[in-house]
Amino acid sequence: MINGGELSENSFSSLPNFGGEVILMDPIKDKIQSTSRETRQDIVGKVLSYSCISLIVIVVLSIFVFVATKGLATFVVNKASIWDFLFGTNWNPSATDKAGNPLLGALPMITGSFGVTIIAVIFAAPFAIGTALYMTEVASRRGEKLLQSVIELLVGIPSVVYGFIGLSVVVPFVRTHFGGSGYGILSGAFVLFVMVLPTVTSMTVDSLRAVPKYYKEASLALGATKWQTIYKVLLRSSTSGILTAIIFGMARAFGEALAVQMVIGNAAVMPKGLLAPASTLTSVLTMGIGNTVMGTVGNNALWSLALMLLLMSLIFNIIVRFIGRKGRM
Amino acid sequence: MEEFITTKDIHLYYGKKEALKGINLSFPAKGINALIGPSGCGKSTYLRTLNRMNDLISSVTMTGSIMINGQDIYSPKMDTVDLRKRVGMVFQQPNPFPFSIYENVTYGLRIAGIKDKQLLDERVEQSLKQAAVWDEVKDELHKSALSLSGGQQQRVCIARVLAVQPDVILLDEPTSALDPVSSGLIEDMLLTIRDNYTIIIVTHNLQQASRISDRTAFFLNGELIEEGKTKGVFLNPKRQETDDYISGRFG
Repeated sequence: MINGGELSENSFSSLPNFGGEVILMDPIKDKIQSTSRETRQDIVGKVLSYSCISLIVIVVLSIFVFVATKGLATFVVNKASIWDFLFGTNWNPSATDKAGNPLLGALPMITGSFGVTIIAVIFAAPFAIGTALYMTEVASRRGEKLLQSVIELLVGIPSVVYGFIGLSVVVPFVRTHFGGSGYGILSGAFVLFVMVLPTVTSMTVDSLRAVPKYYKEASLALGATKWQTIYKVLLRSSTSGILTAIIFGMARAFGEALAVQMVIGNAAVMPKGLLAPASTLTSVLTMGIGNTVMGTVGNNALWSLALMLLLMSLIFNIIVRFIGRKGRM
Repeated sequence: MEEFITTKDIHLYYGKKEALKGINLSFPAKGINALIGPSGCGKSTYLRTLNRMNDLISSVTMTGSIMINGQDIYSPKMDTVDLRKRVGMVFQQPNPFPFSIYENVTYGLRIAGIKDKQLLDERVEQSLKQAAVWDEVKDELHKSALSLSGGQQQRVCIARVLAVQPDVILLDEPTSALDPVSSGLIEDMLLTIRDNYTIIIVTHNLQQASRISDRTAFFLNGELIEEGKTKGVFLNPKRQETDDYISGRFG
């Protein structure tokens, strides 16, 4: 009864052959062709994650579009010139000059923002690298854990607390030791220094830890001292990671509003020095946004500042990406 | 046999675990010495005592004495930096720095404070030639060493050690991660430099040990089982364990 063809077919399907009849292949075919539970789970998972991603993308895009339309209205609707906005030094949105254009010179704030950021990071970077090296190369495991938790604690402190400490400690300190009112770029930079230090440190620690151990071994086996190894191999092979950490610190410092606003003095004038009251993009924004009416020049001008901030954080991000790609070679 | 390296009664512990159980072993000046034995028998650990790389592991304690050229390398006066310049080491995995080939080879010299460009250039050419990799890389000395193949990387690592002109070269399974052709090149290269250096090589490859070494030491479970001229150890092993191992009955 069973011929060769049936045999092979049946043995393939591995179903019992009742009375030698040719078994219909349909159940197996159906089983193979229908989607399994695992596949369905896969699809559900994909749909879930894609919808989450699209939600985030939509939120980010709408923020960009919103801030951009609002921020550009200053130049499109109110006819302010971009040149004057970027390089003008007279910030007084409620007044107009002789030609009738609003006075929207944002250079004082741009200078203030870059001032506090750069000074803070210049001081924070060496401290952060030093601390990170201590944690990864020198400290015992216990010391390392202790420092790690100190740093995590510093990251978690709300910025208003930093600002308050800045106000009650840093400002009087600067006033008595450097002169002036105590409010100014120097105080702002000092507060930001403390605020970005933990971020930069923990990212530097990560990049130092990512250096393969065998680089260190190879260097020591060639007769290098510990410091030569750190300087010539460890720091050198983690340069891109450390630069990334510093740029992240800059991005954080640039975007910090509250703590800076509390100590910088908030005078929207060109800073005359590190000790004179000044302002940053963020501090003017937080001070002013509640006091203007939507759609007015003053309000639009603040949105332009916000757009500027957004573009800067975009630029910081692009720099980080660029460094990352170069670091990988 | 005039002893260049003498190790006496080496006991080494990882925490409480005894990894070396009283090793007495000597090596003559110049020539190739092979350390063989199954995995975990302590031969790599022993090798790393000779340039004090075990110092880097905090749980390690060691007793016994190691003399190299009449100098006790574990005496408090011994400078490990100095020691490691004289006793170079090549690791199992090729581990060039992520720098250019040139910078890799000159690393040991530059940390020793040599800045003379001409001397550095000379040493680079000489060491890369000795390591039998010069012809392959001479036109791209300033390319990253990571762009080379594994075999080339390992030979650059050997050149990096040779550039410092050590007395002793320790090799910890230098060819186990490489293909047979690259391994063959490294073996040939070792044979050409055997007259100038005291070479100690840990290997799992018994054929390799029998092909290139002058003397062989067989380790088992942290003990030195047998040691002597390679021919003797392979053809007329004195101990049953050695015979079993080299004839492939275990390990």
